[in-house]
Amino acid sequence: MIDQLITVIVALIVAPLIGGLLFGFDRKITARLQGRYGPPIIQPFYDFFKLLGKQHIAVSKLQFIWIYGYLTFMVVSLLFLVLKLDILLLVFLLGFAGVCFVLGAFSTKSPYAHFGANRELLQILAYEPVLLFLALGVYAQNGSFLISEIFKQDKPLLFTLWPLFIAVLFILTIKMRKSPFDISTSHHAHQEIVRGTVTEYSGPYYALIQLVEWYELVLLLGIIALFWTNPLWVGILIALGAFILELLIDNIAARLTARWMVRLSWSVGLVLGIINIAYLYLTKGVA
Amino acid sequence: MGLIEKSRIKSPWILHFDNSSCNGCDIEILACLTPLYDVERFGMVNMGNPKHADVLLITGPVNRRTARVLKNLYAQVPDPKIVIAVGTCASSGGVFHNCYNVLGGVDKVIPVDVYIPGCAARPEAIIDGVVLALQKLASLRGDKK
Ligand code: SF4
Repeated sequence: MIDQLITVIVALIVAPLIGGLLFGFDRKITARLQGRYGPPIIQPFYDFFKLLGKQHIAVSKLQFIWIYGYLTFMVVSLLFLVLKLDILLLVFLLGFAGVCFVLGAFSTKSPYAHFGANRELLQILAYEPVLLFLALGVYAQNGSFLISEIFKQDKPLLFTLWPLFIAVLFILTIKMRKSPFDISTSHHAHQEIVRGTVTEYSGPYYALIQLVEWYELVLLLGIIALFWTNPLWVGILIALGAFILELLIDNIAARLTARWMVRLSWSVGLVLGIINIAYLYLTKGVA
Repeated sequence: MGLIEKSRIKSPWILHFDNSSCNGCDIEILACLTPLYDVERFGMVNMGNPKHADVLLITGPVNRRTARVLKNLYAQVPDPKIVIAVGTCASSGGVFHNCYNVLGGVDKVIPVDVYIPGCAARPEAIIDGVVLALQKLASLRGDKK
Protein backbone atom coordinates (compact mmCIF):
# COMPACT_ATOMS: atom_id res chain seq x y z
CA MET A 1 0.00 0.00 0.00
CA ILE A 2 2.71 2.45 1.05
CA ASP A 3 4.71 1.37 -2.00
CA GLN A 4 1.82 2.21 -4.27
CA LEU A 5 1.34 5.59 -2.60
CA ILE A 6 4.99 6.44 -3.16
CA THR A 7 4.73 5.34 -6.81
CA VAL A 8 1.70 7.59 -7.27
CA ILE A 9 3.38 10.62 -5.75
CA VAL A 10 6.61 10.11 -7.68
CA ALA A 11 4.67 9.65 -10.93
CA LEU A 12 2.62 12.80 -10.31
CA ILE A 13 5.75 14.87 -9.79
CA VAL A 14 8.20 13.29 -12.20
CA ALA A 15 5.88 12.83 -15.21
CA PRO A 16 5.34 16.55 -15.90
CA LEU A 17 9.05 17.20 -15.46
CA ILE A 18 9.91 14.58 -18.07
CA GLY A 19 7.06 15.70 -20.32
CA GLY A 20 8.12 19.35 -20.15
CA LEU A 21 11.73 18.50 -20.91
CA LEU A 22 10.65 16.36 -23.87
CA PHE A 23 8.61 19.25 -25.24
CA GLY A 24 11.62 21.57 -24.79
CA PHE A 25 13.74 19.01 -26.62
CA ASP A 26 11.10 18.95 -29.34
CA ARG A 27 11.31 22.71 -29.84
CA LYS A 28 15.10 22.63 -29.88
CA ILE A 29 15.30 19.79 -32.40
CA THR A 30 12.66 21.41 -34.59
CA ALA A 31 14.59 24.69 -34.56
CA ARG A 32 17.83 22.89 -35.45
CA LEU A 33 16.16 21.07 -38.31
CA GLN A 34 15.01 24.44 -39.63
CA GLY A 35 18.48 25.94 -39.34
CA ARG A 36 17.64 28.00 -36.26
CA TYR A 37 19.28 28.03 -32.85
CA GLY A 38 16.11 27.40 -30.88
CA PRO A 39 14.94 28.15 -27.34
CA PRO A 40 16.53 26.62 -24.24
CA ILE A 41 15.44 23.10 -23.33
CA ILE A 42 13.59 24.35 -20.25
CA GLN A 43 11.56 26.84 -22.28
CA PRO A 44 8.23 25.00 -21.68
CA PHE A 45 8.67 25.57 -17.94
CA TYR A 46 9.24 29.29 -18.47
CA ASP A 47 6.06 29.37 -20.56
CA PHE A 48 4.20 27.44 -17.90
CA PHE A 49 5.13 29.71 -15.00
CA LYS A 50 4.57 32.83 -17.05
CA LEU A 51 1.07 31.66 -17.91
CA LEU A 52 0.40 30.91 -14.24
CA GLY A 53 1.14 34.54 -13.41
CA LYS A 54 -1.24 35.95 -15.98
CA GLN A 55 -4.77 37.16 -15.57
CA HIS A 56 -7.36 34.68 -16.74
CA ILE A 57 -10.25 35.84 -18.79
CA ALA A 58 -13.30 33.65 -18.33
CA VAL A 59 -15.43 33.05 -21.38
CA SER A 60 -17.64 30.35 -19.92
CA LYS A 61 -17.88 28.73 -16.51
CA LEU A 62 -18.42 25.27 -17.91
CA GLN A 63 -15.08 25.42 -19.68
CA PHE A 64 -13.24 25.22 -16.36
CA ILE A 65 -15.11 22.11 -15.27
CA TRP A 66 -14.12 20.37 -18.50
CA ILE A 67 -10.52 21.42 -18.25
CA TYR A 68 -10.28 20.01 -14.73
CA GLY A 69 -11.98 16.87 -15.99
CA TYR A 70 -9.41 16.62 -18.77
CA LEU A 71 -6.60 16.92 -16.22
CA THR A 72 -8.16 14.41 -13.81
CA PHE A 73 -8.85 11.74 -16.41
CA MET A 74 -5.39 12.12 -17.89
CA VAL A 75 -3.71 11.85 -14.49
CA VAL A 76 -5.84 8.85 -13.50
CA SER A 77 -4.98 7.04 -16.72
CA LEU A 78 -1.31 7.73 -16.08
CA LEU A 79 -1.76 6.26 -12.59
CA PHE A 80 -3.34 3.18 -14.16
CA LEU A 81 -0.13 2.76 -16.11
CA VAL A 82 2.31 3.24 -13.23
CA LEU A 83 0.25 1.10 -10.86
CA LYS A 84 0.09 -1.57 -13.58
CA LEU A 85 -3.68 -1.87 -13.59
CA ASP A 86 -6.08 -2.65 -16.40
CA ILE A 87 -5.05 -1.49 -19.89
CA LEU A 88 -8.61 -1.61 -21.24
CA LEU A 89 -9.82 0.79 -18.56
CA LEU A 90 -6.81 2.96 -19.26
CA VAL A 91 -7.84 3.27 -22.90
CA PHE A 92 -11.38 4.22 -21.89
CA LEU A 93 -10.14 6.81 -19.40
CA LEU A 94 -7.95 8.28 -22.08
CA GLY A 95 -11.03 8.48 -24.29
CA PHE A 96 -12.93 10.30 -21.54
CA ALA A 97 -10.05 12.75 -21.22
CA GLY A 98 -10.25 13.47 -24.95
CA VAL A 99 -13.99 13.98 -24.74
CA CYS A 100 -13.56 16.46 -21.87
CA PHE A 101 -11.12 18.40 -24.00
CA VAL A 102 -13.62 18.51 -26.87
CA LEU A 103 -16.50 19.56 -24.61
CA GLY A 104 -14.33 22.28 -23.11
CA ALA A 105 -13.86 23.72 -26.58
CA PHE A 106 -17.57 23.31 -27.41
CA SER A 107 -18.62 25.11 -24.23
CA THR A 108 -17.40 28.44 -25.60
CA LYS A 109 -18.96 30.52 -28.34
CA SER A 110 -15.87 30.93 -30.45
CA PRO A 111 -16.21 29.48 -33.96
CA TYR A 112 -12.48 28.74 -33.93
CA ALA A 113 -12.82 26.59 -30.84
CA HIS A 114 -15.78 24.79 -32.45
CA PHE A 115 -13.73 24.09 -35.54
CA GLY A 116 -10.96 22.70 -33.40
CA ALA A 117 -13.43 20.63 -31.37
CA ASN A 118 -14.94 19.09 -34.49
CA ARG A 119 -11.52 18.17 -35.73
CA GLU A 120 -10.51 16.84 -32.32
CA LEU A 121 -13.55 14.56 -32.48
CA LEU A 122 -12.26 13.24 -35.78
CA GLN A 123 -8.86 12.68 -34.15
CA ILE A 124 -10.51 10.68 -31.38
CA LEU A 125 -12.38 8.71 -34.03
CA ALA A 126 -9.06 7.98 -35.70
CA TYR A 127 -7.01 6.82 -32.71
CA GLU A 128 -9.46 5.37 -30.22
CA PRO A 129 -10.21 2.13 -32.16
CA VAL A 130 -6.51 1.43 -32.56
CA LEU A 131 -5.93 1.82 -28.83
CA LEU A 132 -8.83 -0.54 -28.19
CA PHE A 133 -7.26 -3.06 -30.52
CA LEU A 134 -4.03 -2.70 -28.60
CA ALA A 135 -5.86 -3.64 -25.41
CA LEU A 136 -7.49 -6.60 -27.19
CA GLY A 137 -4.12 -7.65 -28.59
CA VAL A 138 -2.63 -7.63 -25.12
CA TYR A 139 -5.53 -9.76 -23.96
CA ALA A 140 -5.13 -12.20 -26.83
CA GLN A 141 -1.45 -12.56 -26.01
CA ASN A 142 -1.53 -12.72 -22.21
CA GLY A 143 -5.10 -13.76 -21.48
CA SER A 144 -5.42 -10.74 -19.21
CA PHE A 145 -5.91 -7.01 -19.53
CA LEU A 146 -3.66 -6.34 -16.53
CA ILE A 147 -0.49 -4.39 -17.20
CA SER A 148 1.19 -6.23 -14.33
CA GLU A 149 0.67 -9.40 -16.37
CA ILE A 150 2.67 -7.86 -19.20
CA PHE A 151 5.53 -7.30 -16.79
CA LYS A 152 5.49 -10.96 -15.76
CA GLN A 153 6.12 -12.23 -19.30
CA ASP A 154 9.68 -12.97 -20.30
CA LYS A 155 9.03 -12.59 -24.00
CA PRO A 156 8.46 -8.94 -25.00
CA LEU A 157 5.11 -8.08 -26.55
CA LEU A 158 6.93 -6.59 -29.53
CA PHE A 159 7.67 -10.05 -30.97
CA THR A 160 4.06 -11.08 -31.29
CA LEU A 161 2.36 -7.69 -31.45
CA TRP A 162 4.65 -5.91 -33.90
CA PRO A 163 1.84 -5.03 -36.37
CA LEU A 164 0.01 -3.35 -33.50
CA PHE A 165 3.25 -1.61 -32.56
CA ILE A 166 3.34 -0.02 -36.01
CA ALA A 167 -0.30 0.96 -35.65
CA VAL A 168 0.39 2.57 -32.28
CA LEU A 169 3.35 4.48 -33.72
CA PHE A 170 0.98 5.70 -36.38
CA ILE A 171 -1.56 7.04 -33.92
CA LEU A 172 1.16 8.52 -31.74
CA THR A 173 1.41 11.23 -34.39
CA ILE A 174 -2.32 11.86 -34.14
CA LYS A 175 -2.32 11.85 -30.38
CA MET A 176 0.70 14.14 -30.09
CA ARG A 177 -0.95 16.46 -32.62
CA LYS A 178 2.11 16.52 -34.83
CA SER A 179 2.35 16.99 -38.58
CA PRO A 180 0.90 15.48 -40.79
CA PHE A 181 -1.96 15.15 -38.31
CA ASP A 182 -1.80 18.40 -36.32
CA ILE A 183 -5.37 19.07 -37.23
CA SER A 184 -7.26 20.23 -34.15
CA THR A 185 -4.50 22.45 -32.81
CA SER A 186 -0.90 22.74 -33.84
CA HIS A 187 2.24 23.21 -31.76
CA HIS A 188 4.12 25.18 -34.33
CA ALA A 189 1.58 27.03 -36.41
CA HIS A 190 0.07 29.46 -33.95
CA GLN A 191 -2.02 31.36 -36.43
CA GLU A 192 -3.95 28.65 -38.18
CA ILE A 193 -7.67 28.92 -37.54
CA VAL A 194 -6.30 30.87 -34.68
CA ARG A 195 -5.48 27.93 -32.43
CA GLY A 196 -8.21 25.35 -32.69
CA THR A 197 -9.34 23.74 -29.47
CA VAL A 198 -7.20 25.85 -27.15
CA THR A 199 -8.27 29.23 -28.59
CA GLU A 200 -10.42 30.23 -25.65
CA TYR A 201 -8.09 29.25 -22.83
CA SER A 202 -5.94 31.99 -21.41
CA GLY A 203 -3.48 32.49 -18.58
CA PRO A 204 -3.43 29.81 -15.85
CA TYR A 205 -5.93 27.61 -17.67
CA TYR A 206 -3.76 27.49 -20.74
CA ALA A 207 -0.91 26.52 -18.43
CA LEU A 208 -3.13 23.69 -17.21
CA ILE A 209 -3.60 22.49 -20.80
CA GLN A 210 0.15 22.36 -21.21
CA LEU A 211 0.45 20.39 -17.98
CA VAL A 212 -2.06 17.86 -19.32
CA GLU A 213 -0.08 17.62 -22.55
CA TRP A 214 3.04 16.77 -20.59
CA TYR A 215 1.23 14.04 -18.70
CA GLU A 216 -0.23 12.78 -21.94
CA LEU A 217 3.13 12.56 -23.67
CA VAL A 218 4.62 10.57 -20.80
CA LEU A 219 1.57 8.30 -20.76
CA LEU A 220 1.81 7.62 -24.50
CA LEU A 221 5.52 6.92 -24.39
CA GLY A 222 4.83 4.69 -21.38
CA ILE A 223 2.30 2.71 -23.41
CA ILE A 224 4.90 2.27 -26.14
CA ALA A 225 7.45 1.14 -23.54
CA LEU A 226 5.02 -1.66 -22.59
CA PHE A 227 6.02 -3.41 -25.79
CA TRP A 228 9.32 -4.37 -24.19
CA THR A 229 9.03 -4.68 -20.44
CA ASN A 230 11.81 -7.18 -19.73
CA PRO A 231 14.15 -5.38 -19.18
CA LEU A 232 12.20 -2.13 -19.06
CA TRP A 233 15.05 0.10 -20.17
CA VAL A 234 14.87 -1.40 -23.68
CA GLY A 235 11.20 -0.39 -23.78
CA ILE A 236 12.05 3.12 -22.64
CA LEU A 237 14.71 3.37 -25.33
CA ILE A 238 12.17 2.22 -27.92
CA ALA A 239 9.75 4.87 -26.66
CA LEU A 240 12.39 7.59 -26.91
CA GLY A 241 13.27 6.37 -30.39
CA ALA A 242 9.61 6.60 -31.33
CA PHE A 243 9.52 10.16 -29.96
CA ILE A 244 12.50 11.23 -32.05
CA LEU A 245 11.04 9.54 -35.12
CA GLU A 246 7.88 11.54 -34.46
CA LEU A 247 9.85 14.80 -34.41
CA LEU A 248 11.49 13.93 -37.71
CA ILE A 249 8.15 13.12 -39.32
CA ASP A 250 6.72 16.32 -37.87
CA ASN A 251 9.38 18.36 -39.63
CA ILE A 252 9.39 16.66 -43.00
CA ALA A 253 5.66 16.14 -43.47
CA ALA A 254 3.02 18.56 -44.63
CA ARG A 255 -0.41 18.49 -43.05
CA LEU A 256 -3.08 16.15 -44.37
CA THR A 257 -6.77 16.83 -44.23
CA ALA A 258 -8.89 15.39 -41.43
CA ARG A 259 -10.56 13.00 -43.84
CA TRP A 260 -7.25 11.54 -44.91
CA MET A 261 -6.26 11.16 -41.30
CA VAL A 262 -9.28 9.01 -40.51
CA ARG A 263 -8.90 7.01 -43.73
CA LEU A 264 -5.21 6.33 -43.17
CA SER A 265 -5.43 5.53 -39.51
CA TRP A 266 -8.34 3.18 -40.06
CA SER A 267 -6.86 1.47 -43.09
CA VAL A 268 -3.38 1.11 -41.59
CA GLY A 269 -4.20 0.88 -37.88
CA LEU A 270 -7.32 -1.21 -37.95
CA VAL A 271 -6.15 -3.62 -40.63
CA LEU A 272 -2.87 -4.23 -38.83
CA GLY A 273 -4.72 -4.60 -35.55
CA ILE A 274 -7.27 -7.07 -36.90
CA ILE A 275 -4.67 -9.18 -38.69
CA ASN A 276 -2.54 -9.22 -35.57
CA ILE A 277 -5.33 -10.30 -33.24
CA ALA A 278 -6.76 -12.81 -35.70
CA TYR A 279 -3.34 -14.40 -36.08
CA LEU A 280 -2.92 -14.61 -32.33
CA TYR A 281 -6.30 -16.25 -31.89
CA LEU A 282 -5.64 -18.71 -34.68
CA THR A 283 -2.22 -19.76 -33.46
CA LYS A 284 -2.99 -19.84 -29.77
CA GLY A 285 -6.57 -20.99 -30.05
CA VAL A 286 -7.82 -18.69 -27.30
CA ALA A 287 -11.57 -18.64 -27.35
CA MET B 1 13.05 38.18 -8.69
CA GLY B 2 10.45 35.45 -8.37
CA LEU B 3 10.00 32.49 -10.65
CA ILE B 4 7.02 34.00 -12.41
CA GLU B 5 8.74 37.34 -13.04
CA LYS B 6 11.77 35.55 -14.45
CA SER B 7 9.60 33.39 -16.68
CA ARG B 8 7.81 36.48 -17.90
CA ILE B 9 11.06 37.81 -19.35
CA LYS B 10 11.99 34.43 -20.76
CA SER B 11 8.79 33.80 -22.64
CA PRO B 12 7.21 36.81 -24.31
CA TRP B 13 4.54 35.68 -26.73
CA ILE B 14 3.85 38.15 -29.45
CA LEU B 15 0.68 39.21 -31.17
CA HIS B 16 1.31 41.04 -34.40
CA PHE B 17 -1.35 43.41 -35.62
CA ASP B 18 -1.24 45.45 -38.79
CA ASN B 19 -3.35 48.60 -38.70
CA SER B 20 -2.92 50.09 -42.11
CA SER B 21 0.77 49.92 -42.73
CA CYS B 22 2.44 49.71 -46.11
CA ASN B 23 3.50 46.16 -45.07
CA GLY B 24 7.16 47.20 -44.87
CA CYS B 25 7.27 46.88 -41.10
CA ASP B 26 5.28 43.64 -41.17
CA ILE B 27 7.85 42.04 -43.41
CA GLU B 28 10.56 43.09 -40.97
CA ILE B 29 8.67 41.55 -38.05
CA LEU B 30 8.37 38.29 -39.94
CA ALA B 31 12.07 38.52 -40.76
CA CYS B 32 12.74 38.29 -37.02
CA LEU B 33 11.37 34.76 -37.07
CA THR B 34 13.65 33.54 -39.86
CA PRO B 35 16.83 31.57 -39.14
CA LEU B 36 18.95 34.72 -39.44
CA TYR B 37 17.43 36.48 -36.42
CA ASP B 38 15.54 33.55 -34.85
CA VAL B 39 13.77 35.29 -31.97
CA GLU B 40 12.52 31.94 -30.70
CA ARG B 41 15.87 31.52 -28.95
CA PHE B 42 14.64 34.19 -26.52
CA GLY B 43 11.41 32.29 -26.10
CA MET B 44 9.47 34.70 -28.31
CA VAL B 45 6.70 33.04 -30.25
CA ASN B 46 4.48 34.71 -32.79
CA MET B 47 0.96 33.92 -31.56
CA GLY B 48 -2.10 34.39 -33.66
CA ASN B 49 -4.37 34.57 -30.66
CA PRO B 50 -4.67 37.64 -28.42
CA LYS B 51 -5.67 35.47 -25.47
CA HIS B 52 -2.26 33.81 -25.43
CA ALA B 53 -0.18 36.91 -26.08
CA ASP B 54 1.91 39.09 -23.76
CA VAL B 55 3.30 41.60 -26.20
CA LEU B 56 1.34 43.46 -28.85
CA LEU B 57 3.49 44.41 -31.82
CA ILE B 58 1.57 46.98 -33.79
CA THR B 59 2.52 48.36 -37.17
CA GLY B 60 1.07 51.16 -39.24
CA PRO B 61 -1.03 54.21 -38.44
CA VAL B 62 -4.42 53.82 -36.82
CA ASN B 63 -7.33 54.65 -39.07
CA ARG B 64 -10.97 54.98 -38.18
CA ARG B 65 -11.71 51.38 -39.01
CA THR B 66 -8.83 49.67 -37.26
CA ALA B 67 -9.16 51.76 -34.08
CA ARG B 68 -12.11 49.63 -33.01
CA VAL B 69 -10.30 46.38 -33.80
CA LEU B 70 -7.21 47.55 -31.99
CA LYS B 71 -9.14 48.40 -28.82
CA ASN B 72 -10.86 45.03 -28.97
CA LEU B 73 -7.57 43.16 -29.35
CA TYR B 74 -6.01 45.14 -26.52
CA ALA B 75 -8.88 44.21 -24.24
CA GLN B 76 -8.49 40.53 -25.09
CA VAL B 77 -4.82 40.28 -24.12
CA PRO B 78 -4.60 39.18 -20.46
CA ASP B 79 -2.59 41.35 -18.06
CA PRO B 80 0.30 41.97 -17.64
CA LYS B 81 0.75 43.11 -21.22
CA ILE B 82 3.01 45.40 -23.18
CA VAL B 83 2.29 47.38 -26.32
CA ILE B 84 5.03 48.14 -28.82
CA ALA B 85 4.56 50.52 -31.74
CA VAL B 86 6.76 49.31 -34.59
CA GLY B 87 7.87 51.81 -37.20
CA THR B 88 7.40 55.51 -37.69
CA CYS B 89 3.79 55.11 -38.80
CA ALA B 90 2.74 53.30 -35.65
CA SER B 91 4.60 55.82 -33.51
CA SER B 92 3.24 59.03 -35.00
CA GLY B 93 1.32 58.36 -38.18
CA GLY B 94 4.45 58.81 -40.29
CA VAL B 95 3.92 59.49 -43.96
CA PHE B 96 0.19 58.91 -43.57
CA HIS B 97 -0.34 61.43 -40.77
CA ASN B 98 -2.44 63.88 -42.77
CA CYS B 99 -4.71 61.42 -44.49
CA TYR B 100 -8.44 61.99 -44.06
CA ASN B 101 -9.01 58.56 -42.54
CA VAL B 102 -5.96 58.36 -40.30
CA LEU B 103 -6.17 59.12 -36.59
CA GLY B 104 -2.40 59.08 -36.04
CA GLY B 105 -0.07 56.87 -34.01
CA VAL B 106 -1.16 53.85 -31.99
CA ASP B 107 -1.01 55.94 -28.78
CA LYS B 108 -4.10 57.80 -29.94
CA VAL B 109 -6.12 54.70 -29.15
CA ILE B 110 -4.33 52.51 -26.60
CA PRO B 111 -1.40 53.17 -24.22
CA VAL B 112 1.96 52.39 -25.83
CA ASP B 113 4.98 51.27 -23.80
CA VAL B 114 7.77 51.25 -26.36
CA TYR B 115 8.18 53.09 -29.64
CA ILE B 116 10.47 51.64 -32.31
CA PRO B 117 11.41 54.23 -34.94
CA GLY B 118 12.42 53.46 -38.49
CA CYS B 119 10.82 53.23 -41.89
CA ALA B 120 10.85 50.30 -42.01
CA ALA B 121 12.05 49.42 -38.51
CA ARG B 122 14.99 47.04 -38.83
CA PRO B 123 14.71 43.56 -37.27
CA GLU B 124 17.59 44.46 -34.93
CA ALA B 125 15.66 47.51 -33.78
CA ILE B 126 12.53 45.42 -33.25
CA ILE B 127 14.42 42.87 -31.14
CA ASP B 128 15.98 45.76 -29.16
CA GLY B 129 12.55 47.24 -28.62
CA VAL B 130 11.13 43.96 -27.37
CA VAL B 131 14.04 43.55 -24.95
CA LEU B 132 13.39 47.06 -23.64
CA ALA B 133 9.73 46.22 -23.27
CA LEU B 134 10.62 43.07 -21.33
CA GLN B 135 12.49 45.08 -18.74
CA LYS B 136 9.32 47.01 -18.22
CA LEU B 137 7.23 43.85 -18.17
CA ALA B 138 9.43 42.40 -15.42
CA SER B 139 8.75 45.42 -13.24
CA LEU B 140 4.99 45.18 -13.78
CA ARG B 141 4.63 42.14 -11.45
CA GLY B 142 1.12 41.11 -10.62
CA ASP B 143 -0.22 44.52 -9.63
CA LYS B 144 -1.88 45.04 -12.99
CA LYS B 145 -3.85 41.83 -12.54
S1 SF4 C 1 7.02 53.00 -41.02
FE1 SF4 C 1 7.51 52.93 -43.20
S2 SF4 C 1 7.73 50.76 -43.66
FE2 SF4 C 1 6.68 50.91 -41.71
S3 SF4 C 1 4.51 50.84 -42.24
FE3 SF4 C 1 5.10 52.99 -42.15
S4 SF4 C 1 5.63 53.52 -44.26
FE4 SF4 C 1 5.63 51.30 -44.12
